[in-house]
Amino acid sequence: MAATYAAAWFTLAMLAGIIGSLLVGAAPAIKEFGLGFLWHSEWDPVQDHYGGLAMIYGTLATSFIALLIAVPVSFGIALFLTEMSPAWLKRPLGVAIELLAAVPSIVYGMWGLMVFGPILATWVQQPLQKAFGEVPLLGTLFSGPPVGMGILCAGIILAIMIIPFIAAVMRDVFEVTPPMLKESAYGLGATTWEVVYKVVLPFTKTGVVGGVMLGLGRALGETMAVTFVIGNQSQLSQLSLFQAANSITSVLANEFAEAGEGLHRAALMYLALVLFVITFIVLSFAKVLLARLKRAEGARS
Amino acid sequence: MSTLSSVSGTRLAMHRHRKRVNAVALSLAFAAMAFGVFWLVWILFETVRLGAAGMSLSLFTQSTPGPMSEGGGLANAIFGSLVMVALATLIGTPIGIFSGIYLAEYGQKGWLGAATRFINDILLSAPSIVIGLFVYALVVVPMKTFSGWAGSLALALIVIPVVIRTTESMLNLVPSALREAAYALGTPKWRVISSVTLRAARSGVITGILLAIARISGETAPLLFTALSNQFFSSDLGRPIASLPKVIYDFATGPYQNLQQLAWAGVFLITLGVLALNIAARVFLRNKN
Repeated sequence: MAATYAAAWFTLAMLAGIIGSLLVGAAPAIKEFGLGFLWHSEWDPVQDHYGGLAMIYGTLATSFIALLIAVPVSFGIALFLTEMSPAWLKRPLGVAIELLAAVPSIVYGMWGLMVFGPILATWVQQPLQKAFGEVPLLGTLFSGPPVGMGILCAGIILAIMIIPFIAAVMRDVFEVTPPMLKESAYGLGATTWEVVYKVVLPFTKTGVVGGVMLGLGRALGETMAVTFVIGNQSQLSQLSLFQAANSITSVLANEFAEAGEGLHRAALMYLALVLFVITFIVLSFAKVLLARLKRAEGARS
Repeated sequence: MSTLSSVSGTRLAMHRHRKRVNAVALSLAFAAMAFGVFWLVWILFETVRLGAAGMSLSLFTQSTPGPMSEGGGLANAIFGSLVMVALATLIGTPIGIFSGIYLAEYGQKGWLGAATRFINDILLSAPSIVIGLFVYALVVVPMKTFSGWAGSLALALIVIPVVIRTTESMLNLVPSALREAAYALGTPKWRVISSVTLRAARSGVITGILLAIARISGETAPLLFTALSNQFFSSDLGRPIASLPKVIYDFATGPYQNLQQLAWAGVFLITLGVLALNIAARVFLRNKN
């Protein structure tokens, strides 16, 4: 009893320890730059002056691209697995998607750097630049060196990494839809798509959003895959998708071990604190939504 | 046919439209499924193609080479990874199991159970690099050196939430009739848990441990500022120690061809190990149930 009680406290202590150590580590930077750190973008270890906007932007932009791709694809996968797949294929395909989640992020990073990045540069970025380079708005989006590494590449790889998480949650929540609801709709002559879009989706929408938030939380905190392919440049010069950039995690991975004591290290800790707070909020939100769906399900049965 | 002709043209058109929308949506869903599987196949294919070429005995017998020298292997990195993963599992598993027991058997109602459950689910997906920073502040700064101990501890902190989660859900699956039967015989609670519920949930708990091992085998971010790396073979946990993921990272981002080759061999080993663990965990759970 006592041992299990102590072990349960361990989790709380761990959370307190993480937040505490980040706060202590970041204190000098918080004192020096205040909240302005969040909207200033100069990152200059030589002058010892730091602002985190470039990395915060990198983190948010890559995660946004990842969601843009991953959400529809995951929805399609969940739809396929719950409504279309023949029974004998369900399990192997489900396992395949789950294995995609198990592949370590460093493998994604390596693959992105050596295999996917060059292909993206030649077959996507250069044609896009040729086609839209002169168009005002799109031109800016597609400007910059088309070398593969950058925000777009990181976003795509993040998308591949979070698809399994979102798809697995969506599949699970789709499966809690009471069969009677679906069968009633089918009985009225609804097509499969109509059943999913007008019956299953409204019934499970909190769970679906929860799954998306879970994926977002993963994307925000992913380190290695992003560090390999984002290009590692701490300047926020232009809002191009092809621009090499830095995310909070990649700048930590690159600079922390080499950063000397003092403001540089504190500024990095400050960024880590910002990241932790953002992911904490996003994941709490996910958890609350998923719990609400589970409660609704319990009330109905 | 007479009923069909009585249907007005507009309704027929609407019917066709709905069927068309349905066909398009289902084709897109099929495409999404293919898209997901496509990446898995592609990544595995490239890993095998580029990694299997580097397989050789020297990989396991020689330490990492310098940038310009030929040959060399990954022996020090493989050893470091094995040691740290083993230690992390040894440290993290008991804490995780005890905590999971608390959540399933004692803390069903109280605020501590609810809070722990909530925070554990968040720590499960929290950025692992932040765990690395935490252990850096906790261990590396006071010890004034990067060390294998710090690396093991960082990995252990990632094991714990995974084990807690699976232990709790596996214990919850044990039918309460089983517990009640044991209580009816006058068994004390600790005995019920250790010889009845935990035993019934054993295969599930082991699955959780296997999944946790798979998870930390590929973790790189928490090792960056804890274990660092070491070019030489070292079994001293008080000093920086090499690990497979960190060596892959260093070699892959460097400019040297022979080191990149070694990195691919390392990626192949890790992918193989992690996928094997995952499949083993699944098979294990299915056979027991």
